[in-house]
Amino acid sequence: MTDALLPANLNLPLHAGRPVTSETPFVRWLLIGIAVLFMIVFLLMPLITVFGEAFASGVGAYFDAISEHDAWAAIKLTLLVAAIAVPANLVFGVAAAWAIAKFNFRGKSIINTLIDLPFSVSPVISGLIYVLLFGARGFLGPWLDRNGVQIIFAVPGIVLATIFVTFPFVARELVPLMQEQGKLDEEAALSLGAGGFRTFMRVTLPNIKWALLYGVLLCNARAMGEFGAVSVVSGHIRGQTDTMPLHIEVLYNDFSYGAAFAVASLLALLALVTLAVKTALEWRYADELAAQRRH
Amino acid sequence: MDAPVRIAMKYGLREAHRPPPSPTWGLPVDVSIENVARAFGETPALNGVSLSILSGELVALLGPSGSGKTTLLRILAGLDVPTAGRVLFGEEDALKLTVQQRHVGFVFQNYALFRHMTVFDNIGFGLSVQPLRRRPAKAEIRTRVMELLDLVQLSGLEKRYPSQLSGGQRQRVALARALAIEPRILLLDEPFGALDAKVRRELRRWLREIHDRTGHTTVFVTHDQEEAIELADRIVVLNKGLIEQVGTPDEIYDRPASPFVASFIGETNALPVNYESGRLYLDDRPLEIGSGSGPDGPRMLVFRPHDIELLASRPGGIAGRVIAERRHGAVRRLEMEIGMRRHRIEIDVPADHPKTRKGDRISVLPSRWWLFDAPRAGA
Amino acid sequence: MVRAPSLALKRPSVLPGFGLSLGFTLVYLSLIVLIPLAGLVLKTAELGPAEIVHIITDRRTVAALKLSFGAAFVAAAINAVFGVLVAWVLVRYRFPGRRLFDAFVDLPFALPTAVAGISLTALYAPNGWIGSLLAPFGIKIAYTPVGVVIALVFVGLPFVVRTVQPVLEEFDREIEEAAATLGAGRWKVIARVMLPSLTPAILTGFALALARAVGEYGSVIFIAGNIPYVSEIAPLLIVIRLQEFDYSGATAVALAMLVISFGILLAINFIQAWNRRRYRND
Repeated sequence: MTDALLPANLNLPLHAGRPVTSETPFVRWLLIGIAVLFMIVFLLMPLITVFGEAFASGVGAYFDAISEHDAWAAIKLTLLVAAIAVPANLVFGVAAAWAIAKFNFRGKSIINTLIDLPFSVSPVISGLIYVLLFGARGFLGPWLDRNGVQIIFAVPGIVLATIFVTFPFVARELVPLMQEQGKLDEEAALSLGAGGFRTFMRVTLPNIKWALLYGVLLCNARAMGEFGAVSVVSGHIRGQTDTMPLHIEVLYNDFSYGAAFAVASLLALLALVTLAVKTALEWRYADELAAQRRH
Repeated sequence: MDAPVRIAMKYGLREAHRPPPSPTWGLPVDVSIENVARAFGETPALNGVSLSILSGELVALLGPSGSGKTTLLRILAGLDVPTAGRVLFGEEDALKLTVQQRHVGFVFQNYALFRHMTVFDNIGFGLSVQPLRRRPAKAEIRTRVMELLDLVQLSGLEKRYPSQLSGGQRQRVALARALAIEPRILLLDEPFGALDAKVRRELRRWLREIHDRTGHTTVFVTHDQEEAIELADRIVVLNKGLIEQVGTPDEIYDRPASPFVASFIGETNALPVNYESGRLYLDDRPLEIGSGSGPDGPRMLVFRPHDIELLASRPGGIAGRVIAERRHGAVRRLEMEIGMRRHRIEIDVPADHPKTRKGDRISVLPSRWWLFDAPRAGA
Repeated sequence: MVRAPSLALKRPSVLPGFGLSLGFTLVYLSLIVLIPLAGLVLKTAELGPAEIVHIITDRRTVAALKLSFGAAFVAAAINAVFGVLVAWVLVRYRFPGRRLFDAFVDLPFALPTAVAGISLTALYAPNGWIGSLLAPFGIKIAYTPVGVVIALVFVGLPFVVRTVQPVLEEFDREIEEAAATLGAGRWKVIARVMLPSLTPAILTGFALALARAVGEYGSVIFIAGNIPYVSEIAPLLIVIRLQEFDYSGATAVALAMLVISFGILLAINFIQAWNRRRYRND
């Protein structure tokens, strides 16, 4: 592709010509245009649609939809589930990372594979396995029934399914990071007389705090937004076993589009906050995040 | 008309309408650099250098980092554009040509081999990307690649990938790849910088042989003066974007044009002296060495540690006290403090010389020396 | 210092908390993962191969599997192409809003699938912003398999971009310069030197996008139409079977999904290993 450079006896400005390793301005802007158009169509427009449809019937209708009884129950349930699942997974993530990173034992790769499991499985299948176990016709179903314990079609089932789907997030951030950080700091602290717990609080925790925050952020976003797995185990009892995503489905199937989008907009807002904090953490703490650009 | 061209013309492919290859394609050329300057914003990397390189010559661009040598090399290749000046390949204005059209072979310090291609494909790359009209047949490409593999002594490795080769082997592949297109001029950017010392020395010798055999006009950049002296027909010494001296290795070593060149090539001592009425004075004592020329005034006397004679006890030499001594290869190196103003110099004496303890007073006279203008304050 | 042999019971290091952390980890994994998985395995054993095959080869099941995997493939392929383009543009060029777009690429990771589902449907329905543009041409997207593909493109968008970006960022400019000095024009350099070295990353991204798209539920069921044999995805079929209390049917479909996915990922792994052998990074 011929690309004539200006004769050199002109007084050339700084960026005369263009480096060998770039394309002509026309090509560059064409590619930028296509890529941006793609991103606008596939990313921005759906996002804008959520808010557009939510407020389509006016602000009053919006707040009515959110504060309506069943919607409010769904919000509360979502928060409750997240409040249980996220801390539990946080503890698990720390424990698993501590065990894997600071000690030698066989079976590490099995644990790592199990941790990655929920990502390779459809959310519906994630829900299915709990139904198979605890459902009315499941293996433990009759026993649970006899003892009056409700797991499927009740909150405990929702919590379990959510935990399953979200437990990898914290662990996946911490395990590689802590493995990379090694044991030297902790061993030094111990040799200076610090106890196990103190070592963890004063030495380990500061080293992993940003990765921890990052993992919790992603865990929470997924916990509040999980649909497929929860849909399978929940039974869709309005006001009782509907989380926000499920309630959105209920409203939508009832043709209450405005209300559905109103509730959806809350989750979309959460998504934007998650994205913002996530990006901020990635930009500033790239070194202390184990999995900066992989999921 | 051969098949590819017929087909190209039938389907109206652009390739068929390319201009015929320049008449100097493949033949080594003279290179003429006229007043080339390159500034990056406010900082000048090259300050107006002019140089002419004869066809078939092996020239070294030598200088410390920041001297502009790599910038100049990249301008020759077309990887960079000067802010002023002209570059001619033979009679042709090289700056009007794109990188692809300049037909230069470039060898990078870090090889820049295509990792996903075999050695064979790397070397043949330049031939295989020719437009249809000029592209040699597959069989011919194969012959050329095998010839080049032979030339660089890597026959049998054509199916390997770069990650399976040693550093020295990779650099040889890089050279073969550059030679494959029969370049008008071969440019090497610190080609042995990434290799360890032993491999570097071997490859130096080998590059000289290749050059003698193929006769390409070759320019290489280095900061290693030993390498420049060993390899080049002529050396161009650069400093801060300007050419300090151009000459054969002997000229550069024996007749440096400036203190910078003298000290960059080999080791030197520099003493401030006074030139008065045809004689040199060090701290007001006359020195019994030849004379300079020009107006009276301060000068810089520059000489190498091994270019000295020991004086028994005669006036007229550079006298001082030994303040340190150490073994230096086959000789003993003494550090001396000279005169009232306590200048320091280093000299080499035979290892068995008696007077080599700290505190001894000795007197020396340089057997070979140069006289330069005294540096201005702040230089 | 002699290391104690690495049995889980002996103290393999001077740091405390081994028993506690490993114990907790194993208990948690058992309760949350292993036991439920065991339920799946038990159910499978209960069914027996003949029954499973019978259910899987049912026409409705086959249609659902074909839709899920077919649409996932097409969507992952679209993401492979556009993902490379987006990664290229984000890494190599500067333009207003670049950093914002870069951050937004991760939106599909953060946005709940149900939210994405209803908003994509609203967008591509005949009266939606994009749907209404295409309706005059007779192009229907919502409630057709095409809608499924569009939703899966959204869901898988970040994968290829994020796997290709780091490779592009680290790409050695000298290699491009070398190719240019050898006479290759810009497009040849991109096609013959740069894209081949991106292939492993593209493949990885493709595999991740594919795996995600195959199992996707929330983003798809609103836009899909869900008509059996036509626009019904496999996860939906599983849900329907569960609602009918046909646990066996649900399990069989799930098994089919798992086995096929596993097969695809295995194949991709082979391709990647073959690619890696050529590089053999030192």
